Amino acid sequence: MLVVFNILYSSLVYTIGTDNTKGESFYTENAKRGQLLYQKYNCTACHQLYGLGGYMGPDLTNVMAKGEPYTKVFLQYGTQRMPNFHMQEDEINSLIAFLKYADKTGTSPIKHFDVNRDGTITPK
Amino acid sequence: MKKEIGIIFIALAMISLLTGMFFGTVSALQFVFPGFLNDFPFVKVRPLHVSLVIAWIFLSAIGGIYYYLPKYCGVKLFSDKLPRIHFWIFVITGLLILICYVMGKFGGREYWEFPPILSVPIFVSWILFGINYFKSVFKKAGQWPVYLWMWATGIVFFFITFSEAHLWLLPYFRENLIRDLTIQWKAYGALVGSWNMLVYGTALFVMTRVKGDETAAHSKLAFLMYFLGFANLLFGWAHHIYIVPSALWIRIFAYFMSMTELLILGKIIWNWRKSLDEAKKDFHILSYRFIVSADFWVFLNLSLAVIISVPAINVFTHGTHITVAHAMGSTIGINSMILLASCFFLIKDITQYEFSGMEAKSIKIGFWIFNFFLMVFWVCLLVAGAEKGAMVMEDKLAFQQIMANINPILIVFAFSGIGLFIGLLMVVLPALKAIFSYLKK
Repeated sequence: MLVVFNILYSSLVYTIGTDNTKGESFYTENAKRGQLLYQKYNCTACHQLYGLGGYMGPDLTNVMAKGEPYTKVFLQYGTQRMPNFHMQEDEINSLIAFLKYADKTGTSPIKHFDVNRDGTITPK
Repeated sequence: MKKEIGIIFIALAMISLLTGMFFGTVSALQFVFPGFLNDFPFVKVRPLHVSLVIAWIFLSAIGGIYYYLPKYCGVKLFSDKLPRIHFWIFVITGLLILICYVMGKFGGREYWEFPPILSVPIFVSWILFGINYFKSVFKKAGQWPVYLWMWATGIVFFFITFSEAHLWLLPYFRENLIRDLTIQWKAYGALVGSWNMLVYGTALFVMTRVKGDETAAHSKLAFLMYFLGFANLLFGWAHHIYIVPSALWIRIFAYFMSMTELLILGKIIWNWRKSLDEAKKDFHILSYRFIVSADFWVFLNLSLAVIISVPAINVFTHGTHITVAHAMGSTIGINSMILLASCFFLIKDITQYEFSGMEAKSIKIGFWIFNFFLMVFWVCLLVAGAEKGAMVMEDKLAFQQIMANINPILIVFAFSGIGLFIGLLMVVLPALKAIFSYLKK
């Protein structure tokens, strides 16, 4: 019974449970390429999206809110903590496009919220 | 003489553990001292650490199952050849994965960062393991003890969740970030649940053997706990993604499921005094000592898990080192303690090796050093996480300033990692010596 319920539950998670269309128009061909580059350079070892990933660097969900030049400098030159990956210009642009898309999908971390009596929160 | 395949898995598991801990120590030092070993950056060291310690968990659990089934469960293995093929697939794939990491060839997702083509042999080896397990245990008459159910569940659900972790290869899942992240963490949460089934099944098995009493493995309570663990495997994962903007019902349901863990916590507290009495009585048995230690870490980590599953608390702790404390406290404090208990039980059984006075002393002192530094390590992560969470919420400092503020506590964390590694070496090296003296015969 538990297994059957799980199949039903998983189907809902795969479909209506995650049917978030926010930022869809930013998911361009360039952003698609950037998403794969994010994996190729193993960005997740140090960075997070929605708090999921490594802890060496900052959460990148809304990094584009700080502006494209800010993010580009890190990608071009690295820092003391972040290696310089010697990326091509078009790779940097693709990663920027992916991060722009991520930025439009939501907010992380949530800093302004109300706490409900049952322990849940309501973002403001 | 043909050597027991179980102990060969255990030898490889222990080597993976020591190598993985070595890379863990290096990565901790890189974390707090930027520039340390710059030619071999954190981006390569971290996946080496993670993959090797995950290999330790799987190899040692699988090695135990291959040995325990024919020896103690009254079940003849369907095939003696398949475990050897399984072993060699694991070795070759493992080496290829390590080479990819060293060369900086990535392409997968967190925890499985290697190029996805290397997942194919892992699938194949798991199918061989599953065929051998089910073809063997289906012949067993009578009611199965709970650990056979747990191992069966772990095997099936590893296969399902490992498949789910690769759904990102399909555009439908990959091309919606929220769906992609949700399913990635659904798969990882359940994957941990599935290896926990293998590990906790092993814990129950070792307990029944040490005590020489099978009744606990057939009791209603054991099956109730199994059912709760199974339900959490299936539905509890979403407390990892409270802040991902998926549907509200996913998060509410996960919150409810996570709170059912209070029942398990309550049971542990209820049995606390009784377990302490038993611990005193049997503490001289090496395997039992590790099980008692695991019990203590279950209590701490389950309490932490319940606390951080409350959304209003999770919003502070998510993405901080408190999550790392929970993950590492569970994999080191609970899983590794149980698996070390199983390894020592199995090594003694197969090799009949008697540890010399010096070796026994090394294991005993190593055990306490390991536990002491694990506690320091765990507390440092909690403190660093709490400070980071508070500063992020305050929203006044840049990320770099926050990290600089928590660096002193993380330096203590990194050095406690070295202590942890030394304690582990003192425990594992005599065990490896016993295994290799058996394999040389």
